[in-house]
Amino acid sequence: MSMKVQTRQVDGVTILDLSGRITLGEGSVTIRDSVRDMLTKGQKKILLNLGEITYIDSSGIGELVSAFTTVKNAGGELKLLNLTKKVHDLLQITKLYTVFDIKDDEAAAIASFGK
Amino acid sequence: MTFEVSTSTLPTLLLSAAGDAQTKSARTALADPTTSRVSFTLDSTLESVNKIEQTAEQCAQRAGFDEDTIPHIAMAVREAAVNAVLHGNAYDTRKHIMASFETTSDALIIRITDQGPGLDPETLPDPLAPENILRGSGRGIFLIRAFMDEVNFRQLHPGTELTLIKYRTPAQPGS
Repeated sequence: MSMKVQTRQVDGVTILDLSGRITLGEGSVTIRDSVRDMLTKGQKKILLNLGEITYIDSSGIGELVSAFTTVKNAGGELKLLNLTKKVHDLLQITKLYTVFDIKDDEAAAIASFGK
Repeated sequence: MTFEVSTSTLPTLLLSAAGDAQTKSARTALADPTTSRVSFTLDSTLESVNKIEQTAEQCAQRAGFDEDTIPHIAMAVREAAVNAVLHGNAYDTRKHIMASFETTSDALIIRITDQGPGLDPETLPDPLAPENILRGSGRGIFLIRAFMDEVNFRQLHPGTELTLIKYRTPAQPGS
């Protein structure tokens, strides 16, 4: 299953609802292009909803990290929402769990972005 | 109880997985009834990576690994295949990757071989080091080691053979 992205805006925060697999190739490229597109449009508060992500490999993890640093370097914030157990475990193993700001509740996540 | 891989059905399954991914590749399937070993050769493409991952998952299921371990084995094998295609053969259509899956009474043994310039695992940076934690790549071998019981590299001049071993536990069927 290829990765799909749906975008919505809530209180100034851009939420990317991702579904499918984030792997080397299509999924990673889709995230990269989507985040860059948001930054180009001046949308710097980005919430990646990973609730429907079924699989992520090391390339996908790397793409999340790259998205995080890209947004941060642009003066924005990128946070993660609704991690599945598999993604949660991978971020723990790779010690990235403490790098990302990870939320379980969408409303709380939106409220946590700087004004 | 002895776990037996059906040597009549498994090669068919794996050949089907290798399937029509690469019509130009030299595909072979070997079935040894004493070792339940299957191997095939694929082109250096992402589609091959997906096929190898699927085969690893099927072999792990047949070997009786539990539902938490099977995805870990599949991911480790996927990472090894990605390394072979991307870093080893650099998507070179003239080069192939070889994959073999051997189920013994003790373990599932997977070998992934590329035809690239070789890899010294000792030179790989630690992805957990603070200076590397935000790097966009370099976690593949780390994950392989995290999910498998043994990981061995062998230089082939040219090429690298990566052997991944996951031991079966007494609780698993057929052990």
